Amino acid sequence: MSRLLVCPPDYFQIDYEINPWMRRSNAVVAKNAARQWHALMSVFEQGLGVALERMTPVPSLPDLVFTANAAVVAGRRVALSRFRHPERQQEEAYFEQWFRERHYELFTLDKDCFFEGAGDLLGFPEGWFGGYRQRSDIRAFPRLSEWFQQEIIPLELIDSRFYHLDTCFCPLSGGELLYFPDAFDEYGRRAITERIAHDRLLPITEPEALRFACNAVCVGKDVVLPAGCPDTVRLLESRGYRSHPVVLDEFMKSGGSAKCLTLALD
Amino acid sequence: MSPVHETVILQGHIIDSLILAKVLDTVLMMGGTFDLKEVRIGATREDSSRAKITVQAASARQLTEILQAIQPHGAAVERESDCTYQPAPSDGVLPEGFYATTHLATQVRLEGEWTDVENIELDLAVSIDPIRNNACAVPMGDVRKGDLIVTGREGIRVIPLERPKERDVFGFMASVVSSERPHHPVIADVAKRLAGLREAYRQGRPASKVLLAGGPAIVHAGGRDALAWLIESGYVQVLFCGNALAAHDLEVALYGTSLGYGIAAGRAVPHGHEHHLRTINRVRALGSIEKAVETSLITSGIMAAAVRQRVELIMAGTIRDDGPLPGVITDSVEAQRAMRAAIPGVGLALLVASTLHAVATGNLLPASVPTVCVDVNPAVPTKLADRGTFQAVGVVMDAASFLMELGRELGWNP
Repeated sequence: MSRLLVCPPDYFQIDYEINPWMRRSNAVVAKNAARQWHALMSVFEQGLGVALERMTPVPSLPDLVFTANAAVVAGRRVALSRFRHPERQQEEAYFEQWFRERHYELFTLDKDCFFEGAGDLLGFPEGWFGGYRQRSDIRAFPRLSEWFQQEIIPLELIDSRFYHLDTCFCPLSGGELLYFPDAFDEYGRRAITERIAHDRLLPITEPEALRFACNAVCVGKDVVLPAGCPDTVRLLESRGYRSHPVVLDEFMKSGGSAKCLTLALD
Repeated sequence: MSPVHETVILQGHIIDSLILAKVLDTVLMMGGTFDLKEVRIGATREDSSRAKITVQAASARQLTEILQAIQPHGAAVERESDCTYQPAPSDGVLPEGFYATTHLATQVRLEGEWTDVENIELDLAVSIDPIRNNACAVPMGDVRKGDLIVTGREGIRVIPLERPKERDVFGFMASVVSSERPHHPVIADVAKRLAGLREAYRQGRPASKVLLAGGPAIVHAGGRDALAWLIESGYVQVLFCGNALAAHDLEVALYGTSLGYGIAAGRAVPHGHEHHLRTINRVRALGSIEKAVETSLITSGIMAAAVRQRVELIMAGTIRDDGPLPGVITDSVEAQRAMRAAIPGVGLALLVASTLHAVATGNLLPASVPTVCVDVNPAVPTKLADRGTFQAVGVVMDAASFLMELGRELGWNP
């Protein structure tokens, strides 16, 4: 991974409540949010040598900062999102424009077939997983599977606090999976254990899952994750990963962290 | 099948993700049942799989609840469209691509509504009236120019047979034909059905008539008295036969012979070969079999019992008939039409010792009518099943033995 799409948090705030984390009364402190976001960006740029593509923020679209939900990108192929909540649907046009101007091959789903980008579609080179029920519609995956020529194993998300797959499921570059098993039902857990060898499964604890330890970005052997997850850090280090904790609590007010703030472009 | 059902499609990577298992488990947990109609597994890991599932429930409400529970997992109600239809190009000619019926209950979708096809029968077409939202099975020969005939396969559904409540021989619906199968349990079950249907018929309940289609071997083999008793006792309401069964039965009444053979003595009687001709001639002179019974020319046997019990008698002729007897329909299309008209209300069919009448009747019967085919030749029930009358229970047995044993089971005491 060498390039990430990001969007500065100029207009980031809690204007509405569309997940259990959001409370309009729990206002974002803008200057803290800006500081945290820039700290995260400097870890990527200066620390890990990642190239960043910055979108232009738009007033009245506070969640545009969470670029993970823009789309899924594989090579030159892009599948654009269809947001479930009307509050975020206006973001679609901006994301589409960004990809269109850069001449990506675009794929859009039918209007009522919700799909929230890389928030709900993650995977390993040999097989992808799709989170559904909370935000994305399971019917999106057969279409996406055809578009990307990839197997997509749907996983039902059963806990509204883990409303996107990237809040509880994080594939690592060495083939390991950092995940929170209780966010899935019995069928989902079995599907995961049948696909991923037991010694590559890295289950995390509930307190750290609730601090969004899985909402991490893995670049080679480096993992950027929210601060306050010492058990996860130890787990990662035992497998030879370097961890880079970043304080992102302003974004947790909206139910997002490191991974939600980035979209892998290649 | 349960009273309410809906077909859903599930596609994607539904096997390894256990989504299919989850959907099927959900249906069962919620008290429904399912039929896995079709499962297509993707050839490679990237390929999607697809399953077609019919979900059944005890009530419309339960079905709705189940569908609501499985829809989030991708189970989409199969996209339904109305049936397509075209006008018949001329009298007696169906449009190309017409839909050919089975003898199972069938529905067509008109303006979004599923409508039952009336008078369903094997190998017919479906004629519709879109104004009155009405659909009816129609034989090729009866089609009139401009009639709207259902074409293609869209918007048509065939409803599988419901397993009967009675736990008898008809419950298995497997027409395994074997001369080595014990006959008695089958005959006992038929007798039980006949007793129940006679009661139901007397109370005026629907589908309570018993139809018997028989050949002349009934008379030659010695089953005449048993059948006459069954008819006289009110166990048969519709009788299909040809010229021969009637002629031989009447010949016995007049001469004591069947095709010249003394029924009692069992040997040829001088000039006996003329008996059936003289019999037919006498009845022709009177004008009808009814007249022959009313004037007491004929006092015993199958025809006499049928006339006295007001059994609906339909006699279909063939090219080798002598006479024929008055009442025999010699135009086979007309005969088929008359037989078809007698089918509604039939709740059990006995096809005894006649290949042609058995197959002809089998073609006209809906699959929901329990059917027994009795013949000494195992090829007859096999042929019947091969031609689509799969519900027929085959009994490889002599007609007379069958009728006598059936009669005794019901209290016949010769």
